[in-house]
Order: sequence, then structure tokens, then C-alpha cells
Amino acid sequence: MSQLSQKHLLGIKDITREDIELIFETAENFKEVINRPIKKVPSLRDITIANVFFENSTRTKLSFELAEKRLSADVINFSSSNSSVKKGETLLDTVNNILAMKVDMVVMRHSSPGAPHFLSRHITANIVNAGDGTHEHPTQALLDTFSIHEKFGSLEGLKVAIIGDILHSRVAISNIFALQKLGAKVMVCGPNTLLPKFITALGVKVELDVMKALQWCDVANVLRIQLERQHIKYFPTLREYSLYYGINKQMLQSLDKEITIMHPGPINRGVELNSDVADSEQAIILDQVENGLAVRMAVLYLLAGVN
Amino acid sequence: MQNAQVMQKRLILDTFLLDITVNRLCQHLIENHRTFDETVILGLQPRGIHLADIIHKKLEKLVHQKIELGYLDTTFYRDDFRRRDSPVKANATKVPFIIEDKCVILVDDVLFTGRSVRAALDAMIAFGRPRQVELLVLVNRKYNRELPISPDYKGIDVNTIESQRVLVELEAQGFESNKIWLINKEV
Repeated sequence: MSQLSQKHLLGIKDITREDIELIFETAENFKEVINRPIKKVPSLRDITIANVFFENSTRTKLSFELAEKRLSADVINFSSSNSSVKKGETLLDTVNNILAMKVDMVVMRHSSPGAPHFLSRHITANIVNAGDGTHEHPTQALLDTFSIHEKFGSLEGLKVAIIGDILHSRVAISNIFALQKLGAKVMVCGPNTLLPKFITALGVKVELDVMKALQWCDVANVLRIQLERQHIKYFPTLREYSLYYGINKQMLQSLDKEITIMHPGPINRGVELNSDVADSEQAIILDQVENGLAVRMAVLYLLAGVN
Repeated sequence: MQNAQVMQKRLILDTFLLDITVNRLCQHLIENHRTFDETVILGLQPRGIHLADIIHKKLEKLVHQKIELGYLDTTFYRDDFRRRDSPVKANATKVPFIIEDKCVILVDDVLFTGRSVRAALDAMIAFGRPRQVELLVLVNRKYNRELPISPDYKGIDVNTIESQRVLVELEAQGFESNKIWLINKEV
């Protein structure tokens, strides 16, 4: 197979295992490209991509923009904070106005779950979901699973624990879908208040004790507490959260095996991860960032090639 | 059978002659390059790499020296992306050396329209500015060129029409023996 089954990347739920494997194979080739003296290829030179961000983003936006530029695409950026959205324009009108300028692809982040799905029913350009509320963040899951694949060779039968704020995390949902499609076993771990009520319906194990989760897993993907999405108190204090769910070097050393630590960033050092873990050999956090660029290049390249 | 596709296969180079041809190409390379200190070989993915392997091995044996060998994938540099029915799958590029000021020998199995070689010239520049670039192909399909590109070293010239296909079978690719076929597709 040399082509994706979908025209858009709205979520991991919508794509197949074969799609993910094709993205991985292509990303491996792009990883070689971004390590060359000249890191640019001319593949998307006749394509214009709009990065439409209705929600704040630093690394995802940077990563997408760099991926687009490495592929020689023309890039335009839009963020809602200084746009006509503030003047009352609807999402569809905003995007249609951008598309009227002959844009071929839209990379979109929005605070409402399903916003890119809604858009995909009304426009012909390819859409890449760069995060829709608490729903999905497919490219993050792809780069996470690609990083695991790179380290372990395969995800089949591998045990992955996702630890932290599962309730507000689109990274967790997309990761669960991606990991399961690739044959990994998934556990979620966090305080009861930060676990979605029906999360077991996705076929994942649930663990409240972080130490037990670490003992079980081969890979721990540690998530940030998303205070900006928490409108009520889910736990008494950050200090208490850190005491019960923060991961430090001693905890890792007490295990009878060496597990791999991942984090999608930004890290709150001293809350979910201590510096002695985040900066250790076991952490592949900066590999994830490098792989993010290669995976996003692969996604944009492959979507552009869908007839 | 009506409307059925009939494939006619004609052997144009057998194992014995193919071996002689490859040896001749190696001798020709030695004649032009003498020493391979400043020369590198780049096999074009996906099918040129096997021929590049064979030539590299033979050359090292003949000149008793190490010669740099790399594989170049041109997928991301093609000019028909989004214009084909189905996209071409990318392959690995392995060029673990800089080609700045070197003489590069591009190796491919078949030269047809010349578009892959054009893409290869583009792809190659990412690894430096070579002093000279030469093209070696096993089969030169005449009368089908779409760009002003011609080989410096060629195994055989074949007169073909567009509906024909040249199939190079090499042991390195998993075939029983080294052979080159001309395939006619008649509808």
C-alpha cells in the first residue's frame, strides 16, 4: 500500500493499522531527510497549507510549520487571538475565506471536540486535526507510537501505561486508539477524579496506584495536569498530586526492570515528572520532538498524495 | 481470448551475456577513472541498488581499493507527485558520506523517460556539490526519452515502444538467475 485510506487525518479512530504503518515507513525516510546537511525536499512545492489555530499552541504549531517548510509547501498562519473570529465570524466562514485564497490543506486546532470533523463535511481541502478540545490529537499519538516503535521494533504485546490527567487529555484518547491498533496493551493511571467514567469501554486497564502501573508497564507515557481545562478542583493541591502521582528516580530504581519514560510536553517539572527522570537516559522526550517533525512531514506528504 | 491481456516475454540478455556486459561496464569505469579515490557510486532506489552492489563488489576486487557506495531514493523529488494514479512508495536513502567535489556515478537498471535521473540529480545535491556526475545504466531504452538525459555507460541499447516493458531480473533481488526480458503487453 502506498496511499492512505483517508483524505483527512481527523483522528486515529478513523484510520487503519495499515495507514499507521505506512505513516511510520514514510516517517523513517523523512527522519533521514531532516538529518541531512540540506534538510529540504521539493515534494509539496505546489501546495499551500494554512495553519489555523483557534487555541494556543507552541510546539505543535512550530513542528507543523517546520514540517511544511521542509516539504517546500507555502505556509500561511492564522490564530484566533488576532482574527475576525473575535468579531463574530463563524468557523466555516473563517475557513472558507482562507480557502478562497486557494489553500490546499488545513492544519487545525480548535477547543471544540469534533470541529475538524464538522469542517470536513463542508470543504474539499485536506484537513489535519492538530487537536480538537479533549477529543483527539492524532499526530501526537502517531509520534508517540512511532518513538516506541523505533525503540522496541514492534508494539505487539508491549505494555504501555498512560499516567496523569486522562479526563482532559486528547493525547490519551488518540494514544489509546493508536496503541491498540498496533497490538499494544494499554493501562491508564491517575486519581479517580481525572479518569473518564467509562474509560474501560475502550478496553484499557485502570490503575489508581502509580507504583503498580510502573511495575506493570514497559513504557510510561506521563501526561501534564491540564489546569487550563479544569474548571473545578479535581484534587486538593498540586503538591498533593505530585506526592501521589509524581514520578521520581527512586521509584524507577525500585523496579526490577528499566522502563521507558515519555512525555508529550510541556513538562511541569516537579509535578508529574522530577528532573532526575525527565533528563535521564530512560526518557525519550526529546526523541519524541524530533520524531514529531518526521511524522508530521509523513502525514502531510501522504495526505497530499491521496487522490 | 477476446479482450484478455496477453503477455509476451522475450529474453534479450541471458545470464552469460549479462555477466560479460557487467564486466565490460566495470572495465570501462576503470578506464575512465583509473583510481577511485575521488569517485563514489550511488545506486538509485529501488532497482538500481542491486546493480550498484554488483558493480561495486566487482570494482573493489579489480582495483584492490575501498570505494564509497550509497543508495539514493528519489521519491520526494519526483515531478509527478499528485499527478499519478497512485503515489510511489518511498525507500531508504543511505548516503553516509559527503559528495562535495567528488565524481559521482549514478547507477540504475533501466533508463526510460529520464525523469528518475532528473529527480536523482536533485536529490543528490542534498549531500554536496559533486565535481562531476556520470550515469551508468544496464538497459538504455531508446526513443522514449522525455528529457535531455543520456547515459555515459550503458549495457545494451534496446529499441522499445511505450507499451513494452523491460524487466531486469537479478539474483540479488531473489531471482533464480540474472536475466533481462522484454515484455510486450498486447490487449
